[in-house]
Amino acid sequence: MSLIELKKISKYYQSDGEQVAALKDLNLNVEVGEFIAVMGPSGSGKSTLLNILGGLSQPSAGELSVEGIDIYQLKGEKLADYRREYIGFVFQSFQLIPYLTILENVMLPLAIIPSRNGNQREIGARVLQKVGLVEKARRLPNQLSGGEQERVAIARALVNNAPIILADEPTGNLDSVTGREIMGLLQGLNSGGQTIIMVTHNPENTRYAHRIVQLKDGQVGA
Amino acid sequence: MRLHNISINNLRRRKGKAIFLVIGLLIGVTTVVTLITLTRSMEEDIGKKLDELGANILIVPKSHDLTLNYGGLQFSGVALDVQPLHQSDLGKIHSIKNRENLSIVAPKLIVPAKINGREALLVGADFQEELRLKRWWKITPPDSEKNSHSSQKKSNPMNHSQTMDGKSAFFLRESLREKDLLVGSVAAHHLNLAEGQSVDIQGQTFQVRGVLEETGSQDDSLIFAGLGSVQKTLGKPGQLSLIEVAAFCNSCPIDEMVRQISEVLPGAKVTAVKQAVESRMETVRHFKRFSVGISAVVLLIGSLIVFTTMMASVNERTREIGIFRAMGFRKRHIIQVILLEAFLIGLLAGVMGYLAGVGSSRLALPFFLQFQESKIGWDLGMALSATAISVTLGLVASIYPALRAAKLDPAEALRAT
Repeated sequence: MSLIELKKISKYYQSDGEQVAALKDLNLNVEVGEFIAVMGPSGSGKSTLLNILGGLSQPSAGELSVEGIDIYQLKGEKLADYRREYIGFVFQSFQLIPYLTILENVMLPLAIIPSRNGNQREIGARVLQKVGLVEKARRLPNQLSGGEQERVAIARALVNNAPIILADEPTGNLDSVTGREIMGLLQGLNSGGQTIIMVTHNPENTRYAHRIVQLKDGQVGA
Repeated sequence: MRLHNISINNLRRRKGKAIFLVIGLLIGVTTVVTLITLTRSMEEDIGKKLDELGANILIVPKSHDLTLNYGGLQFSGVALDVQPLHQSDLGKIHSIKNRENLSIVAPKLIVPAKINGREALLVGADFQEELRLKRWWKITPPDSEKNSHSSQKKSNPMNHSQTMDGKSAFFLRESLREKDLLVGSVAAHHLNLAEGQSVDIQGQTFQVRGVLEETGSQDDSLIFAGLGSVQKTLGKPGQLSLIEVAAFCNSCPIDEMVRQISEVLPGAKVTAVKQAVESRMETVRHFKRFSVGISAVVLLIGSLIVFTTMMASVNERTREIGIFRAMGFRKRHIIQVILLEAFLIGLLAGVMGYLAGVGSSRLALPFFLQFQESKIGWDLGMALSATAISVTLGLVASIYPALRAAKLDPAEALRAT
């Protein structure tokens, strides 16, 4: 059994009264520990795929199973629990909370896990150590460079030991040197056993991936 | 890191927005506290002033067969077979449990007497109390009777200066002596009495200190003299015909006062002048209703300010809410964060609003009360109520924005700019 199984996933949007397909009957299996790069032109459905994988957007049709659980059949707030337990998001525009310090941003996912309340600071500091930012723990996001903010975003995705990391253009806002550093960081995490699905426009980033999924018009290309 | 850290840090590090929210609510709370504090003081003041406007309790000797018609002036049997009241009864009245509610206790001895060869009713009264009780009494200006009494006026220049232009008789109370007379307008006309004139009553000489302007009441036909001198001159030492009481009944049940006085004066008939009490209470009630109405409008405006500000704040934080949701925050976590912020804002605005309200009331009170007797103190009950109202208002106004935030589609929220 694969870690992630996407079966005939479709997603439609209404645009000017017309139905537009972002994804069409998409099938994809992801194994534990895989590093997948999702590529494709703008509008090919990359971000939609990432949102569906992350439990943020219900598909119009099809099934998403993670460890055999049909995610979109989960009732009530179980979908939020799925995001908390399984997913670590790394967004292109960092998406840090501006009024929280770096350490607080990293600890944010732990705020809703009562059992981990006790040693949150320790866990947060350890993860920041991993991304090399422990000395800047008390700073606010706007006091950091773009690359540093992206590293904070990665640290936040790691803090609750989520098995799946979904990264949306993690180097999109960074210069090439910093971009390579971030990719090295993601590769290191993957080596540690974490499954990574990364959306990217940059062909250079694909060399870190085990597999490239090419999307075109909402379908997996050849 | 707990949920409350998110709320607190948001308020701490976005001071401008937090201050704006607090000010929105604070204005409402301050206005309400100011209005309530001022109206309370004004109610008290109005109540006191109304209570001083004439008696609201009448004490007369108990009688089975006599009618003591003070208003209708049927006084034929007043001193007959009833057990009269006594001077010492005044002390008993002042000993009742609700004695602090006694404003004026005005004893009177009412007796028929021959004045200038004609029968008239002479009222021995404690001038100090009587003039406080009847603040509407005015002295007829001597100028209006210039032609007939100019010589007497000249002989008493002090009176002239004090009573010119129909001044309130209230200002005479310090200078009136036992053998001075205040004469009702009708009595003065019939007995041909004028200010400064000397009058012989039962061999004793009294002096007219003033003629009262027409009041339309029984007082117009009466002649008022010092209580002690009337008792002595007419051979009724210590006797009283009736006692009029003005009680502060704004805060006490008049019936309870009547009961307490009846208890200490078993030989007297104590009656509440219900009409006076009711009309006073009605005036105070009108005032109360007015202030409650104003407070309600201000509270409504305050809550609308909070509601719109919270809505705007939630809209601004759409992306942030999307981030929380992407991290696995449940809807209730989002609601908790927003409501906790509203609670803290409400708490702060409530405490500050109470302090500002008391401060502004203290500043404003002199403009509303002519004779400022009331003092505005710290009131823990009101402080707690103001804080509770502020917190409730903040929470109620934030419930809809919080629910709206919780229901945001996470993917849509993340795309927000």
